[in-house]
Amino acid sequence: MTNSWTDIRNTDLVVIMGGNAAEAHPCGFKWVTEAKANRGAKLIVVDPRYTRSASVSDLYAPIRQGTDIAFLLGLINYCIENDKVQRDYVKAFTNAGYVVKQGFTYQDGLFSGYDEAKRDYDKSSWDYEIGADGFAVVDDTLANPRCVWNLLKNHVAVYTPEMVERICGTPKDKFLKVAEMVAECSSPTKAMTSMYALGWTQHSKGSQNIRAMAMLQLILGNIGVRGGGMNALRGHSNIQGLTDVGLMSNLLPGYLTLPNEKEPDLAAYMSTRGFKPLRPNQMSYWQNYRKFFVSFQKAMYGSAATPENDFAYDYLPKLDVPGYDVLRAFDMMHQGKINLYLCQGFNALQAFPNKQKITASLSKLKLLVVMDPLATETARFWENHGAHNDVDPSAIQTEVIELPSTCFAEDDGSLTNSGRWLQWHWAGGTPPGEAKRDTWIMAQIHLRLKELYRKEGGAFPDPILNLHWPYADPGDPTAEEIAQEINGRALAKVTDTADPTKVLAEAGKLLPGFAALRDDGSTSCGCWIYSGCFNEKGNNMARRDTDDPDETGAYLKWAFSWPANRRILYNRASADLNGKAWDPDRKVIEWDGAKWSGYDVPDIAPTAKPGEVGPFIMNPEGVSRLFTRGMMRDGPFPAHYEPFESPIVNPVAPNVRGNPAARVFEGDFRQFAEPASAEFPYAATSYRLTEHFHFWTKHVIVNAVMQPEFFVEISEQLAAEKGIAKDGWVRVWSKRGSVTAKAMVTKRIKPLTCDGKTVHIVGIPLHWGFTGAAKKGFGPNMLTPYVGDANIETPEYKAFLVNIEPVSGPVA
Amino acid sequence: MFPPIANPSVTDVTPRFSQKDLVRRSASTVPAPAERLTEVAKLIDVSKCIGCKACQTACIEWNDTHPEVGVNAGVYENPPDLTPDMFTLMRFSEWENPETNNLEWLIRKDGCMHCEDPGCLKACPAPGAIVQYSNGIVDFVHENCIGCGYCIKGCPFNIPRISRVDHTAYKCTLCSDRVAVGQGPACAKACPTQAIVFGTKEQMKQHAEGRITDLKSRGYANAGLYDPPGVGGTHVMYVLHHADQPELYSGLPKEPRISPLVEAWKGITKYAGLTVLGVAAGVGLLHHLVMGPNRVSDTDEENAERLVRSDRHDSA
Amino acid sequence: MNIELSRRAFLQTAGAGLAGTTLGALGFGDIEAAHAAAIRAFKLANTTEARNTCPYCSVACGVILYSKGDLRKGEQAEITHIEGDTDHPTNRGTLCPKGSALLGFVKAPTRLQQPMIRKPGADKFEPTTWEDALDRIARLMKDDRDQNFVATNNDGVTVNRWITTGFLAASATTNETAFETYKVVRSTGMLVFDNQARV
Repeated sequence: MTNSWTDIRNTDLVVIMGGNAAEAHPCGFKWVTEAKANRGAKLIVVDPRYTRSASVSDLYAPIRQGTDIAFLLGLINYCIENDKVQRDYVKAFTNAGYVVKQGFTYQDGLFSGYDEAKRDYDKSSWDYEIGADGFAVVDDTLANPRCVWNLLKNHVAVYTPEMVERICGTPKDKFLKVAEMVAECSSPTKAMTSMYALGWTQHSKGSQNIRAMAMLQLILGNIGVRGGGMNALRGHSNIQGLTDVGLMSNLLPGYLTLPNEKEPDLAAYMSTRGFKPLRPNQMSYWQNYRKFFVSFQKAMYGSAATPENDFAYDYLPKLDVPGYDVLRAFDMMHQGKINLYLCQGFNALQAFPNKQKITASLSKLKLLVVMDPLATETARFWENHGAHNDVDPSAIQTEVIELPSTCFAEDDGSLTNSGRWLQWHWAGGTPPGEAKRDTWIMAQIHLRLKELYRKEGGAFPDPILNLHWPYADPGDPTAEEIAQEINGRALAKVTDTADPTKVLAEAGKLLPGFAALRDDGSTSCGCWIYSGCFNEKGNNMARRDTDDPDETGAYLKWAFSWPANRRILYNRASADLNGKAWDPDRKVIEWDGAKWSGYDVPDIAPTAKPGEVGPFIMNPEGVSRLFTRGMMRDGPFPAHYEPFESPIVNPVAPNVRGNPAARVFEGDFRQFAEPASAEFPYAATSYRLTEHFHFWTKHVIVNAVMQPEFFVEISEQLAAEKGIAKDGWVRVWSKRGSVTAKAMVTKRIKPLTCDGKTVHIVGIPLHWGFTGAAKKGFGPNMLTPYVGDANIETPEYKAFLVNIEPVSGPVA
Repeated sequence: MFPPIANPSVTDVTPRFSQKDLVRRSASTVPAPAERLTEVAKLIDVSKCIGCKACQTACIEWNDTHPEVGVNAGVYENPPDLTPDMFTLMRFSEWENPETNNLEWLIRKDGCMHCEDPGCLKACPAPGAIVQYSNGIVDFVHENCIGCGYCIKGCPFNIPRISRVDHTAYKCTLCSDRVAVGQGPACAKACPTQAIVFGTKEQMKQHAEGRITDLKSRGYANAGLYDPPGVGGTHVMYVLHHADQPELYSGLPKEPRISPLVEAWKGITKYAGLTVLGVAAGVGLLHHLVMGPNRVSDTDEENAERLVRSDRHDSA
Repeated sequence: MNIELSRRAFLQTAGAGLAGTTLGALGFGDIEAAHAAAIRAFKLANTTEARNTCPYCSVACGVILYSKGDLRKGEQAEITHIEGDTDHPTNRGTLCPKGSALLGFVKAPTRLQQPMIRKPGADKFEPTTWEDALDRIARLMKDDRDQNFVATNNDGVTVNRWITTGFLAASATTNETAFETYKVVRSTGMLVFDNQARV
């Protein structure tokens, strides 16, 4: 989230699209109902289903799953056509005036540089024209036909209300009502907030769904302002934290990236991470990258990371592919290329697409280790549960070790919520049986591995032997010890670079924040964006002061918000070019002639002059990007692509199937239904229900009572067509698998008309499996396709094709 | 934001009300309390309700009930009805508004309304099995309950349910144990959107007015408060977007009132000289006249009723 | 006094037509005693509180754990109730249907109690000890790493990677668990490393 849950109270218009906050985040949704009740705010819900969020909305518009980009570009087109744009914001704070190189084109659904064989682009033409001064060429008048604004105008022109209706199935009058309400928020005194979640990410073009809304929000001037922003609701309690701390194949903590094998040493690594400003005077904060990186290496390897050895640069593994995400991992496993797999609190068998492939893959492992508080399906993938897990245990040679871990109620530590708040929690109960904390388990594995390498030697033992392990009890590190390590420490005295007499931290002391980080090895810091969370003032994540002057919802003394306890990202953009708030009633920070001040921590150098330094300090431009240069794999603008399994052929690019830049593994393509398939005519989507949380609460008896049994939702029209009775049983199948379920026949799902064709939607909730208190059931992942988003490989769980028929009952 | 319910204290607190505050007691009389407590009420704003069932799970957890894991019956209601272990239930109704052609998903939290004029209490033949406190809470006293099921018949909202385990009647207590120590009910504390709020009845009426104004501004011309006079008003009230058509909300009665026969029966209980025979036979007669087939679907219940009928004939 | 009329006794009484005893004669006037404990004793009295956050979604609502026994005094603590924390700015004491039933997660019948091992081809788990399980895991990890570690690629560039073993991190563990896990996993050169951000 750019803003926070409690900031939503300040909004005028909530758009829930690509999410279902009332069901998936009920207590966060409270702030929507507060904005409605106290400010007269309006709520729009755009969703294939009339959800519980829709039930309290002011306007609901149906949409076919997988067509959000067409809808959003349609809104951008409407705003541009009707001059509903916050012009001063767009001119000053976006790259609208930046001139794009000759050679950049978009035609027939493809951007310039496409290589069909590689399913990838040569992105060299997706960039700015660079002037003789070494800076990007900008036309402030927006007259240049090759400036971003004019390219964007042309790019979105095809998405007329009629085209939106044709692609999305959203009736034109509904779309226009949404557009009118959204367009009103182009006023500097009106703010709209976007609340989205997995409904946008779980598509083969998920990242571009989000970009499309971010672009709309920039055009309306809603980024950086109170009550505005792009608010990713996120799924699990600490998925924000696990991503911040970089637990992904290609990341280091704090969104630094792991080296690839073309970067043999630190100098080569840093050469692509210098982030030279693209305009004069810009902060381009990633210029500090080396400080973050070296401090991280010091946290990892302590005294073994020295200037002489490039701060143990060789200790880091080097990537040969963009990333080893889970889809690649299980595809490798499927090919027998992975021997050992460790799952820490992750129910892979239920959670990943195309369950048959997952079962086959796990069956090829030598060892599977599962650490979990609960008895998961993954740990029991080899157990026969009839139709619900139809395997032959004797044919599966995988050894499985299941380790009982504690749950939240039995450990101390911090979680980072979607609003970037790091909140500390305290244990309240004794763990059951022999259950152990994850920190203990990981320490025990490390110490054993280290001991084996110490005794036996082996392949490159150095990073294991030299891993910095400064805990009082090496076998059982405490949460406080690790939190301090994450925050960072001065290894030698750190002084202010501008004033060497000013000491920022004495040697051995905790660092005040990331501004004190150095690139010479004198500081260590586990995750730079978290620095400040546990400093000499104490554990700031444990702060519980609810003081909130003027009821802005900022709560600056509650917990710690990264970065630097800032509550609204890009808050400099809440003020105009002169540093005055766009909306006096919505003031966050303002320029007082000498510095920035206000109730939030300024997201800009405190003395950076408003006319000179742009608000988007992480970007070398200093402004935000309507055109992303070469940073996205599938294009600098979003474009409508159909899902890989789609009930119609792409109306704007009939020759393009799916997202042309999405990676598809060999074998998986054969398992996709053809576009407009007669064999699989219905558009299916998967989702969560408010009564359950993922695959956890089916273990909770009370939640099992609330939604006991797997079902699918269909319209009254489809039920009538297929002779399916309310409360009857159905079989639903895709090209990959088949499930049996109870039928929920409802008015909340309605057939849509897309490209002249009736499209029926089949809704498939997620929460069932074969362990726990609820009835055994299938889930959508028996059916879902094995393909991910072009940029971050999130599987396309939200849009695929199925067929359906009534059956007499479940087959045992 | 409506002031949230404070965290409970873990120290022993003296209950704020007790038997001295009773204003009614089934099949018996009580001395009038010295002073009437401020009336409390729970307000359920249907227009803010997201049907999440937090009220249901909070109710189960607080009251330590143990409903069974059932099946999916093609609807969102789970369990399918109120039970002795499920004192409150979200009821879902899909309605296409003929004026706007828009679908509306009307979701109502069902449960005891804590009537000012409680039909259950008036129908109850067991002395002291149902009590009403001067703050408006109607509570069941299980030790005194004989499980006859007449409270169900007396209830204009069809709320109480008989347990197969201990054969006594159960329903929402308005979390009398929490209210007694200055807390709000568990459902109101949990409700994510504050669709359920709790306070004095006056506060609740005021709060409802603000909500109704907001709804009217959003085009719900018939938004209003449901506080039915037929039962003397209730201590659980609804804000409805379509207050002119409460039946839309899974059959919320438009003009609920206690059956006149229950009123008559209530009159009979006033006669102190009534014999046990009289009480029991009277109950049987009442049952015969008023109730029709018993909606408590317990076989044991039905057998018991047959017994009453046959025995009554025998003795007649 | 409490009128001990069971349901069946009541019905039978009516049926048998037993007469002659009025309710008044049964001591009905003894109102005070008849007021059996209608109001339950407040069940949180004398419990210990711990501040926590809900482990489910990313709203991260504040919760209070109520227990019999106090961990901070070194006692065994059994959690008996979990309720929203009104002091928390986001949820203000409210909880959703999952959060309101958190006690059932802590006490789920399917909570794991001890390490288990399933041997190749077996159709059931067998209990094992922490020592044996951890020794086995470390042994197999080392053997696989030693066998498959890639120190340099075909071009002779140092790559120090291990891609035949993978690690899947979770979504609800603490930042502290996350960082320690990062250290342990990355120090082995493992690249097949992901979390639950996508699903």
